[in-house]
Amino acid sequence: MRKLCLLLGLLTVLTLLTGCHGARRMEDFAMPESFDTSREYEITFWAKNDTNKNQTAIYEKAIRDFEALYPNVRVNLRLYTDYGKIYNDVITNIATNTTPNICITYPDHIATYMTGDNVVLPLDELFSDPNYGLGGSSLLFDGPTEEEIVPEYLQECRIGEHCYALPFMRSTEALYVNATYLNKLGYELPEIVTWDFIWEAADAAAKKDADGVYALNGQKVMIPFIYKSTDNMMIQMLRQLDAPYSDENGSILLFTDRTKGLLQTIAQHVKNGAFSTFKISSYPANLLNAGQCLFAVDSTAGATWMGTDAPLSDISPDKLVRFDTAVRPIPQFDPAHPKMISQGPSICLFNKRDRQEVLASWLFAQYLLTNDVQTAYAETEGYVPVTQKARDDASYQAYLNYDGPEDAAHYSVKLKASKLLIEHTSDTFVTPVFNGSTSLRDASGQLIENTVKSVRRGETVDDAYFAKLYDSVTALYRLGQGNTAATGKADLGPLPGTAKALLGGLLGVWVLIGVYVLFDRVKRRNR
Amino acid sequence: MDSEMKRVLALALALACAFTLVACGEKKDEDAKSEGVMTYAEYAAAALDSEVVIEAYVQAKQSWWNDQATLYTQDKDGAYFLYNAACSQADYDKLTPGTKIKATGFKSEWSGEIEITDATIEIESGSYTAPTLDATKLLGTDDLIKHQNEFVTFKGLTVEAMDDTGAAFYYNWDGSGQEGTDADLYFRVTDGTDSYTFVDEYYLCNEESDVYEAIRNLNVGDTVDIEGFLYWYEGPQPHVTSVTVK
Repeated sequence: MRKLCLLLGLLTVLTLLTGCHGARRMEDFAMPESFDTSREYEITFWAKNDTNKNQTAIYEKAIRDFEALYPNVRVNLRLYTDYGKIYNDVITNIATNTTPNICITYPDHIATYMTGDNVVLPLDELFSDPNYGLGGSSLLFDGPTEEEIVPEYLQECRIGEHCYALPFMRSTEALYVNATYLNKLGYELPEIVTWDFIWEAADAAAKKDADGVYALNGQKVMIPFIYKSTDNMMIQMLRQLDAPYSDENGSILLFTDRTKGLLQTIAQHVKNGAFSTFKISSYPANLLNAGQCLFAVDSTAGATWMGTDAPLSDISPDKLVRFDTAVRPIPQFDPAHPKMISQGPSICLFNKRDRQEVLASWLFAQYLLTNDVQTAYAETEGYVPVTQKARDDASYQAYLNYDGPEDAAHYSVKLKASKLLIEHTSDTFVTPVFNGSTSLRDASGQLIENTVKSVRRGETVDDAYFAKLYDSVTALYRLGQGNTAATGKADLGPLPGTAKALLGGLLGVWVLIGVYVLFDRVKRRNR
Repeated sequence: MDSEMKRVLALALALACAFTLVACGEKKDEDAKSEGVMTYAEYAAAALDSEVVIEAYVQAKQSWWNDQATLYTQDKDGAYFLYNAACSQADYDKLTPGTKIKATGFKSEWSGEIEITDATIEIESGSYTAPTLDATKLLGTDDLIKHQNEFVTFKGLTVEAMDDTGAAFYYNWDGSGQEGTDADLYFRVTDGTDSYTFVDEYYLCNEESDVYEAIRNLNVGDTVDIEGFLYWYEGPQPHVTSVTVK
C-alpha cells in the first residue's frame, strides 16, 4: 500500500509539474490541414498610423475587404500612433497571455517580446505551407509569394535562425532642403550631399545681425539644420564611417572615440547656432515651412508635411513661406557609397492555443501584403511597398510617374521621397537586433540630445564631459544588461533552470507531505 | 482680587502681548520667494536655455512616467509649465492642486511653448490655487501670450465643424485616432472673428473625466464656456479641463 501511495504521489507531482509548465509555455504552432470555416473567429490587430487619417481608412478598408472574403473572421482594430506605446502594451499583455493576434512593430521590439516563452510566432513554416503559405493554393486572395517580397526587407525580419515578422511598409530618412535659401546663400545642391557641405552651409545660414535678425530669412528664428530622429542620425553616421555600434551578439560598441569625434563636431556647429533637434526645438516640418530652416532630416514617411504646399501642416497659413523644396538622401561621408537606414513597420503574429485562430491571423497578415493594401498605404506617405509585385503594379507605376497637375495625392515632395528609397533600396541597412537593441538605439540618440543641450546651456563640453556622458547614458539605459529601459522596469527574462528546479522541488515536497498526511488519516480511519 | 493677584495678571497679559507681537513679526510672507529663487518677472526675462529656479504651486498634474512628472504650476504673478521634471512616484503622489514646489531646471522653448525642462523639484510648505483668468477678450491679441500656461477661461465661444462631414471633434489632430486608445481630443471654436483649436490632453483629462465626455457630446454651433491651461503649440492651444455648453 505504501509503495502504491508513493507511486501515486510521484505521479501527482509529475502531473502538477507538467500542468504548471503547460500553463506558462505556449505549444509550438503547427499548421492545421485546413482552415475550419464552420467556426467564427475574432482576432485583434494593433496597428500604428502616423496620425494620418488616410492610413486609418486604409486599415479599415483592408479589414472590410478581408472579412468579405472570410465572413467567419472578425478583425478588431486598435489604433496607435506611437510604436513605443504598442511595445509597452504588448509587454504588459505578454504577462497575462492577452497579446493581440497581430501587431505592427519593429524587429527590435520583437527581440524583447521573444523573452516571453514561445510568445511570438516564427513564420518560416507558415511561409512555405503549400495551402496557406505565401502564395498558397488555398488563399482566397492574390497574395505575394516569398520570392516577391523584397529580399532586403524580409531579411530584416530574421532574428537568429527564424523569421519572426513580415515587412509591411518601408521608409528611410531624407534630407528636405529649402533650395531657395540655399541658392540665396550661393550654394548649388549636389545630388548627394556630404556632411561637410551641410555643416558649411548651415553655419553660413546662422549669421545674424546685432538685433538677432538672421540675414537669410529676415526673421528672429532660424535653425539652419534640424534632425528629427537623433537615434538614426548617430546610427547612420557610424555606419557610413564603418565605425562600431553593436554586433549580432548584442555587444555594445557605441561608446568609442569615433562616436566622441562625431559628438564634438556636432557640438561645434551647435555652438555656431547651426544645428538643433526635434526634441529640443520643434518638428522639422514646422521650421522648414515657416522659412526658419535650411536643411531638415525626417522620415520619407513624413514627406506630406514638408514644403510650402504640403498637404499636412501644423502651422498657420500666415506663417508659411514660399520656397522650392528639394529632396535628397541623408548627408553622407562617402557620397560614392551612400548608406541610409531602412525603417518602417513590420507585422508580427502572436501564438495562441487555438491553431485555427492563429491561422486566421496569418491569413489576415498576408492580406496586408496584397497589392491593393500595399499601394494604397504606400501612397499615403513617402513609404514604398515591400513586395516587388506591388512595386511593379501598373497603378503604382502610374502613381510614381505621375506628371499631371500637383494635388494632395500626387504631392511632388512625397513622390520624390518614395523614388529616393526605391532607387537606394540596396544602400539601406538595419542594425543588429537583440534583446536590448531598443535601448542601445535610444542611447545613441540621447548622446546627441544631451550634447546639444549642454552646448546650448553653456556647459563645458570636453573629454571629461564625454566620459561622464557615456557613464550616465550607459546607466540610464541599463546597457549591457540584456534588458530595456523603455518600460522603466528591468526585464529579468525567463527563470533560470536552477530556480525552476528548486521551485519544482519545493512544490513536489509539499505535494508529498499532503499525500502522506492524507494517507495517514485514511489508514487511521481504517483502523 | 487682591493687588498681588492683579500684578500677576498684568504681568501675564504683558507677556502674552509680547509673545503675540513677536509671533506676528516672525510671520512668513507666503508670497515671498526663498533665497536664490526667481520672481516670475525674473523668470520671464531669463534667456532661453539658462538655468532657472522658481517656486510655484501645482495647479494640475498631467502625467508621470519613468520617474518624470509633467506639471502645470503657477504663482500669483504667472505660470510655469514643468515638462518631464525628475520626480519619484512617491513625490508625485504627494502633489495635489495647491502644493508648493521649488523647481530648478532650464528655461526652454518647444514649438512656441515656454517650459522648464530637465528640472528637479522639492516639495515645500504652502498652498495656493490660482484664480481663473477670463481671457476671452485677449483672444487674437498680442497680450494673450503673456498669460501662457495660466489657468484661464474663455466664454461664449462657438463650436465649429472640423471638416465637411460636420464632425464637432476629432480623436487626434486629424481624426486618425479612435475611442479607447488614449487619444487626445481636438475641437475648434470661434469667437466670431478667428478660429482656435483646443485640446483635451488625454493624460490630463482622460475618458473618465467629465470634460472628455463633454467634448464627445459637442455639436457644431454649440455655445460653450471653456476652462483650461493656456498651453502653446505654434500658437494658443489650450489644454482644456472643463467645457460647459450654454
